[in-house]
Amino acid sequence: MFPKWFDKWNRENPRDIYRPAIVIGVAGGAVFAAAVLVAGGQPFATDSMQTGPRGTGMSVPEFKVDLAEADPDIERFLASTSEPVMPEGDEETAGEARENVPPGLEDLTVENYDRLLAAMREWTGISDLFEDPDNYQSSVGYLMIGMTQNLNEEWDGHVNANKEVGVTCYTCHRGNAVPNNVWFKISPVNDSVEGWSANQNRVTMQSQYTSLPSDALEKYLLEDETIAVHDLESRVAGRPGDEDYASIQQTERTYSLMNYFSNSLGVNCLFCHNSRAFYSASGQITPQWSTATLGIDMVQELNNTYLAPLDGTLPDHRLGPVYADAPKAACATCHNGYQQPLQGTNVIKDWPELAGTEGPDYGN
Amino acid sequence: MAEYQNIFTQVQVQGPPEMGLDDTGGRLMGERAGKPGFSTLIGWLGNAQLGPINLGMLGVVSLVTGTLWLNIIGFNMLAQVGWSIPEFLRQGFWLALEPPGPEYGLSMPPLNDGGWYIISSFLLLVSVLAWWARSYQLAASHKMGKHVFWAFGSAIWLFLVLGLFRPVLMGSWSEAVPYGIFPHLDWTTAFSIRYGNLYYNPFHCLSIVFLYGSVLLFAMHGATILAVTRFGGDRELEQIYDRGTASERAALFWRWTMGFNATMEGIHRWAWWFAVLTPITGGIGILLTGTVVDNWFIWAQEHNFAPMYDGSYGYENYGSYEAFIGQED
Repeated sequence: MFPKWFDKWNRENPRDIYRPAIVIGVAGGAVFAAAVLVAGGQPFATDSMQTGPRGTGMSVPEFKVDLAEADPDIERFLASTSEPVMPEGDEETAGEARENVPPGLEDLTVENYDRLLAAMREWTGISDLFEDPDNYQSSVGYLMIGMTQNLNEEWDGHVNANKEVGVTCYTCHRGNAVPNNVWFKISPVNDSVEGWSANQNRVTMQSQYTSLPSDALEKYLLEDETIAVHDLESRVAGRPGDEDYASIQQTERTYSLMNYFSNSLGVNCLFCHNSRAFYSASGQITPQWSTATLGIDMVQELNNTYLAPLDGTLPDHRLGPVYADAPKAACATCHNGYQQPLQGTNVIKDWPELAGTEGPDYGN
Repeated sequence: MAEYQNIFTQVQVQGPPEMGLDDTGGRLMGERAGKPGFSTLIGWLGNAQLGPINLGMLGVVSLVTGTLWLNIIGFNMLAQVGWSIPEFLRQGFWLALEPPGPEYGLSMPPLNDGGWYIISSFLLLVSVLAWWARSYQLAASHKMGKHVFWAFGSAIWLFLVLGLFRPVLMGSWSEAVPYGIFPHLDWTTAFSIRYGNLYYNPFHCLSIVFLYGSVLLFAMHGATILAVTRFGGDRELEQIYDRGTASERAALFWRWTMGFNATMEGIHRWAWWFAVLTPITGGIGILLTGTVVDNWFIWAQEHNFAPMYDGSYGYENYGSYEAFIGQED
């Protein structure tokens, strides 16, 4: 390939070219990488929200690229909302002018009822919502309107913990007839075994893809099992299996629930806890812990009063794969990975019709 | 110079197999089983000769019970995924053989609710103890000290604390560690959380000291000896009996670095004690958890080594959510 004189010269002048090549390659690569980092900046830059005293390391980190992008659902919501039409007092009511008006909404003015109906159809993606009173979607819808009003009225402490934001159908539905982040009962998940061998160690959505128990949502957010596992003195009597002496297994179930919380809100443990002493009696918890605790009570009411009883109303294809149970709500159903649903957008200000059971207050 | 810069062992001896000494008149030779062979590949990592092996009766017992233990776990996992091999492979790291639930205490639970766990754990106990006894037997037959036996014993101490002593003291097999890749890690986390943060357990602290100390000593010793192999420093026996320039340099390097140096003998005492104390202190820490102390953080507060930090809890004290997500009006 090369001329003879070149091969001859090469033979007579042996030289190790690999060592300098590797040295130059490594050094040159390092210089290039350093130059790129200096010129272009950290490609995975993060920002942190401090959540506790200095020295405890309490903070919630986020990638700057994620922070720069607002929840896309906010824009969709803003496109679907409209300001209320101030009633003058002599308008026709929806009950007089329209068919199949959901109970409780009959006294709205026609303009406001039409406005609300259009929005609800947009929010739920059901274009003929409330057209046919015999359709199961109508009866579920009646219940859901009451549920939304109850949420805004009775659960103000959780829903409006930071500022007035409220909830509408859109907070959960996001344009889908069934909200995305609902859950069903699936435990036991293992064949051939019983008890604590049967409810864990499988990749499921309920276990957040960990090997922790898959029945945490069911036990804590539908039933009323105790979440706390700590002893509040350095030494207590009792043994695993006793009523108030938590086992390793219960701790794993609590940990499973906490994983669900953190993924649902896009936060880590330190949003609510100082991780060196997780229990609330340590006093080392944030106000968000209290908000979340209220949220647990709220979800239990939602599931037991409104959602779980729907199993008789919903058609089979809407029911759970194992127990044919109705879809249930939990943190992610509203939060969708954000600390505050729709990043704290006030969704209720245009919709006094959904703000309470007393009838809308248009501020006039 | 470059011949000393290697990742793998450089000297390989392959020839007639070395069968070892036998001053028992053929008894030891008779117990050494298997036809020895040579492998260049394993020679890169250690001695190129593979076999023979003195398995002995205890070794056979250990392998049989150990295999049974492993297979009981495997078949339990397989049963849990409905005997589906693809599902077994897919969920392998998640699956486990779990101990009984707390409701059974120390009684024998049904097979499918922890019973298989108890049976397999018993087999593992026999397997490990047989292997332990074998390490004594082999050392004795070669008129060696019993250092390996005691070192292995320290690991067995931790193993017995986790799976036997502590569950018995707690009155429940449910406290034992599940057999599974991720599940045993879940156990570890849950154990620390349940008992108020194991990092405040002083014996856990000591165990970490010895663990990290072992790593440091291992790195120092390994590096020092490799650094003097060019002077024959890796031939430890010769260096101990007839110290040459390699050991001298290795020792002087550390004296000049930090004023103190171990000796050819002493460095191995350092390494042995650090390694052995890791599971011994760790085992003490585990044994005290739930039996003597139920919340290590509160215990640390009572003993004045959990400092309190001044400052408020909650992000509102340090900024706003709106500012964090860049939606401040």
